[in-house]
Amino acid sequence: MKRKAFLIIGVTAAFAAMATAQTTAKTIIPDDVVFDEYGAVAMSLTGVAGDAANGRKLFANRKLGNCLACHVNSEITEQAFHGEVGPSLDGVADRWNEAELRGILTNSKNTFEGSIMPSFYRTSGFTRPLEKFEGKSILAAQDVEDILAYIRTLTE
Amino acid sequence: MIKPNLQRVASIVTVAALTFSLNAAVASDLVINEEISLTNETAAPAHLENLTTIYSGWNFRKSETQSLQMDDFDNPGMIFVDQAIDQWNVVEGEAGKSCAACHTGGVEEFAGLRAVLPRYDEEAGGIQSMEDYINECRTDRMQADAWKWSESKMTAMTALIGLQSRGMPVNVAIDGDAAEAWELGKEIYYQPVGQLDMACASCHEDNYNTYIRADFLSQGQTNGFPAYRLKNAKLNSIHARFKGCMKNIRATPYKEGSDEFRALELYVASRGNGLSVEGTSVRN
Repeated sequence: MKRKAFLIIGVTAAFAAMATAQTTAKTIIPDDVVFDEYGAVAMSLTGVAGDAANGRKLFANRKLGNCLACHVNSEITEQAFHGEVGPSLDGVADRWNEAELRGILTNSKNTFEGSIMPSFYRTSGFTRPLEKFEGKSILAAQDVEDILAYIRTLTE
Repeated sequence: MIKPNLQRVASIVTVAALTFSLNAAVASDLVINEEISLTNETAAPAHLENLTTIYSGWNFRKSETQSLQMDDFDNPGMIFVDQAIDQWNVVEGEAGKSCAACHTGGVEEFAGLRAVLPRYDEEAGGIQSMEDYINECRTDRMQADAWKWSESKMTAMTALIGLQSRGMPVNVAIDGDAAEAWELGKEIYYQPVGQLDMACASCHEDNYNTYIRADFLSQGQTNGFPAYRLKNAKLNSIHARFKGCMKNIRATPYKEGSDEFRALELYVASRGNGLSVEGTSVRN
């Protein structure tokens, strides 16, 4: 009885692993992201088009993007507190192209040296990360693509 | 993408936020009980290269929070000071002593101590914080158990002793025997850490006077510690605050009472040399 249960779990796990492998086949791991000399990232991190509606949620989510912590964004009026640490993102899509914005989201330090902005898709090079975040990026690859799709709608 | 009238509302909200931040930055004088005038803004000490003026964290708080600190009857931190006054006379430990047994001049003996701590202590061979001295008394002279760094009896006692220096300028030594630890503290202050990869300086030097979402960033001065925080309704030690900040940026904190935090405490205190010791401050 016990052995049978293990077998079922094992088979299910194998299928699950295959399914994950299929959907993440094109996902670029953080250490493999290619930046150009200005910090832009031309290639999609996942090959899957970003979902702007989900990106808008991630933008405000305090545990994930939390972009509002530092950036004013007049398109999100339902949230009262917009931070002022970084520049306003109103019209940001007019100022930066897709590759540049992907690069800034992934690791802004390649675009703006010494920036306070966290690198949202980076897993190495940190000092004293909390154990539960060790080896993990703040956002998943698709989260970055979703936020990118959303901020690409922020035109003047 | 957005209706124009909504956009206008958003800009008004933004302008209101900016106006508020400017108001907070030029906060008025900090006077306690209408008689004790504290220095909450002064010229930065010479060693500070990137700031010209230093401000108490009080300046960055809303007027309701500010006024709580301006009257000892309104200051919730004073409840804990009262508890420490009671504790002062409690006999504990094998030696059968209370604080009062040795310190016959009363806690007033400690006027001026908070202003110069932490400091290099020859006997200890390193930087000592007030918590270290309190525990030294407890273990060596009272033969009682040491208190934990941030437990309520400890924060209450540091508040009571700190209060004796209220109004005196912070004046920690950074040279001589203290220099080595001070340099280490400075290094820690400017080292980006954690998954968010930020240093103390990222917020408290480069971006003070700025909103980070709903939080208004101060210079991270420690002259008001231990601080009563409305957020957790208790007194908070300096090291506990360091720990909280590090966790916020998803970094592994140093331990409370570690040499690293003592060094950082010394460095951060030195950034506030010239501001008044506030005794027990009220923050959010």
